[in-house]
Amino acid sequence: MCLGIPMRIARVWSEGELKLAEVEAGGVRTEVDVSLLEDIRVGDYVIVHAGIAISKLDESEARELIKLFNEIASELS
Amino acid sequence: MNRSTDTYRGLIDKITKEYSKSLVAKIRKLAEQLKNVVKIMDFCGTHEWTITHYGIRTLIPDEVELIAGPGCPVCVTPAYYVDQLISLSLEGIEVLTYGDAVRLPASAGHTPRSLLEAKAGGGRVHIVYSFMDAVKYAKTRSNEMVFFAIGFETTMPSVASVIMKGKVPKNLSVLTAYRYTPPIVKHLLTEVGAVQLDGIIAPGHVSAVIGASSWEFIPKEYGVPTVVAGFEAIDVLAAIEKILEMKVRGKAGLINEYSRVVQWDGNKLAKQAIFEVFEVRDAYWRGIGFVRESGGFFKDKFKEHDAIREYGLKDPPADLSKEVVPGCKCHEVVLGLSKPTHCPLFMKVCRPDSPYGPCMVSVEGTCRIWAEHPEFLRLEEIKSVGAALKDLE
Ligand code: SF4
Repeated sequence: MCLGIPMRIARVWSEGELKLAEVEAGGVRTEVDVSLLEDIRVGDYVIVHAGIAISKLDESEARELIKLFNEIASELS
Repeated sequence: MNRSTDTYRGLIDKITKEYSKSLVAKIRKLAEQLKNVVKIMDFCGTHEWTITHYGIRTLIPDEVELIAGPGCPVCVTPAYYVDQLISLSLEGIEVLTYGDAVRLPASAGHTPRSLLEAKAGGGRVHIVYSFMDAVKYAKTRSNEMVFFAIGFETTMPSVASVIMKGKVPKNLSVLTAYRYTPPIVKHLLTEVGAVQLDGIIAPGHVSAVIGASSWEFIPKEYGVPTVVAGFEAIDVLAAIEKILEMKVRGKAGLINEYSRVVQWDGNKLAKQAIFEVFEVRDAYWRGIGFVRESGGFFKDKFKEHDAIREYGLKDPPADLSKEVVPGCKCHEVVLGLSKPTHCPLFMKVCRPDSPYGPCMVSVEGTCRIWAEHPEFLRLEEIKSVGAALKDLE
């Protein structure tokens, strides 16, 4: 249950104080608790662990990786 | 909806394709400058899976040794919880838990040997995917139930979030087997006889909750380079490269390679929820012993949800001599002191379809991961025969 999977938010709603969402990855859809994330929107990617979204995935940061790796590649050449 | 799940995947695949080669080349170059073998611990079971699955050990030079660490909650969960829950299930109290937890071996000589066996013998056991599922299930029924809550800081928020909002029905209580990860890392770095580590690949998703900053103590207090890393092959390679770079420069620091998911301070709301619901106490890790301030237990405020209080369970019980099933080295594997291939039971008595020890149960267990990668085992075998021949020369 320690496996975290990046999933895409398809729908968000509230049940009392709980904020829930339907998330999707690789064609599988499931309902998760998103109460512990601020500012959740349809289309966002989140990391889901045992039924709760623990973090939002920041795509721009993924692009930052490219910068880092470019540096390494240029150091080599 | 202008994005699909494939966008992110595609991006990662593209990065992997373009940069793996130069990362491996850089790792090899750095390794040439090392004076001794460098031992790097990959904390998470998921890191170990990536390393084994993509054959990362075969890509990097022999001077860099990757050692699997304790990042498998199922592997370190005390057997006495399993024993206690088996008894409850046979008394008619329904036990709800994750699919791998039901296969977790009870203590040595205990029958039934797992919750799954208890179920086959008439015990009430039901598998759920999450605590939310358990709550939903309990709401539709009136019988007494216990949720077996195993995990690290990644799973603690799932119970805390729902409990805090008072959404749990009266017929459901929770047995908390929660463990915190920084104390076990501290234990690894200070315990006499522990492996001498030169670098640590810190847990990615745990850090998403508690923050990359939680690992600052490793370079600061112990001088060990640390990288918080994601779970793609490219993330692990980048982490190794960064650790070697720090090693060569003689400067230990903390780097967050996984900034796309992990923030420096973590997830504020999740941390608050954990803090609100649980209190920290010394706790037992299966076969390892007591680790200071490493267990999460319900605060008094939430005692009506606590199965330990409700059923008067002993935590810990007086007798801990049967925590390790005879012959199993899982507790050593978890601390990097043994490899699965050192265990005479590996792939014989103990296999993924019939796990004998806890490290064979979950997909995060090193024994299970290695067992499911026969081509990797073959390479290990070749390596050890090679080493033996060298010794003969
Ligand atoms: S192979 Fe099985 S018995 Fe051996 S250490 Fe691993 S879990 Fe224990």
